[in-house]
Amino acid sequence: MSVMELLALAPPGWGGALLNGLWLSLQVAGAGYLLGLVIGMAGAAGKLSGGPVIRDLLTCYTTITRAVPELVLILLLYFAVPEAINQLLATLGLGRVDIGPFASGVAVIALVQGAYATEVMRGAIRAVPVGQLEAAHSLGMTPLTVFRRITLPAMLPGALPGLSNLWLIATKDTALLAVVGFTELTLAARQAAGATKHYLLFLCAAGVLYLIVSLISNLAFKGLERRATRGMHHD
Amino acid sequence: MTERRLPPHRLALIAAAVGGIALLATTLRWDWLPEYREAILGGLWLTLTLLVTTSVAGFLLAIPLGLVQVRGPRPLAWLARGFCTLIRGTPLLLQVWLLYYGLGSLFPYLPGVRQSWLWPYLTDPWPYAFLALTISFAGYEGEVMRGAFAGVPKGELEAARSLGMHPFTILRRIWLPRAVQRVLPTLNGELIIQLKATPLVATIAAVDAYAVFGRIRQETLMVYEPLLLMALIYLVLAGLITLAFGALERRWSRHSGEP
Repeated sequence: MSVMELLALAPPGWGGALLNGLWLSLQVAGAGYLLGLVIGMAGAAGKLSGGPVIRDLLTCYTTITRAVPELVLILLLYFAVPEAINQLLATLGLGRVDIGPFASGVAVIALVQGAYATEVMRGAIRAVPVGQLEAAHSLGMTPLTVFRRITLPAMLPGALPGLSNLWLIATKDTALLAVVGFTELTLAARQAAGATKHYLLFLCAAGVLYLIVSLISNLAFKGLERRATRGMHHD
Repeated sequence: MTERRLPPHRLALIAAAVGGIALLATTLRWDWLPEYREAILGGLWLTLTLLVTTSVAGFLLAIPLGLVQVRGPRPLAWLARGFCTLIRGTPLLLQVWLLYYGLGSLFPYLPGVRQSWLWPYLTDPWPYAFLALTISFAGYEGEVMRGAFAGVPKGELEAARSLGMHPFTILRRIWLPRAVQRVLPTLNGELIIQLKATPLVATIAAVDAYAVFGRIRQETLMVYEPLLLMALIYLVLAGLITLAFGALERRWSRHSGEP
């Protein structure tokens, strides 16, 4: 078969399988990233204004998640956590639940992203001048309004470079789910390669797809950054 | 002295953690440990060897990669930038597989290669693992070095030039040391990221610490114990790297006279 036939979208070509894998990768990355942002926001709030116990617990969370390999975390969440939940359910006399690879993948990405996002957002929030927040409080704004109208727009320029980096890490981390048999892009490419014996072709094709995603993401985040910093000094 | 500085809530947290660990140590099964002790230590040794060798080789590659992007001939600068973009834009697992399965599938077609002294190396996973982790570290660190080279104050380089230093001497005595000094604080994080990347070589049948624990899980059919111990080992390794860098940075800043 020629290269074009091998990469054709319809079987016996494997192009469709690769694009399916890409779509799954993007879904896991997107869901994990958004959840991670929520965790990061909560974590940053806890680290900045929580009590001493919460602060210590959050430090444990960010330190441990950032030090243990993602591959090990995936195995823990894919094998050990469902087993523990099911044992717990069994002792309570309830039925078993099945946590699929998609849900575990999203959970792992969210957990890891949350740890990094906590640090990114904490730094960005701390860089917001205290005077601006005090001024807002003195005008009688509720904490939520202060966050929405002052903290969020003021922290975004500082947080966006870190957040853009995190998104790129999220898309690349999805490849690790190949290890637990989740057919995202990397595993789809390897299956296509194994079936046709064209290893170089399919793994390179997957690489090109990842590269396109990262280049488009870079452009999008550059645009966001320009929007967030409009009206500020550019040097 | 240190006990007095610990606030009560932290003491309670530490007590809870110790209690939790004691619970895990007594309720879970650890009788398999003596049997696999040798294998775990062997895997750990290979993981550390891989970490150190690929980081050193990758860093040495990153220096020219960063340098030509700041001051190199246009085509070389583009090549270096393209390389960094390529490495940073694709997952490491894909790079590992691309080298092992992709590149590795081409070698048998070379005439006479099966009879040559190279063949045993070409079929072994370790050279591919070393190569993949090295170029990955070089790609990420090359970008960091580019920023570090560009960030060295122009005045220092001009002063060196006005003293009649040879460009190579400037690089060796001023530009490179100043750039390395700038990246040193980030190296700690980069090394931990590299440590976390090493388990990927287990997917091409290189037996590092991660692969050893995979074997233990298969042979003993235990769910929690091997995974928890493996996570703990990586945690301790990351902690040791951070401690070592803390000491290194203190020494370095004492020598350079900067706080």
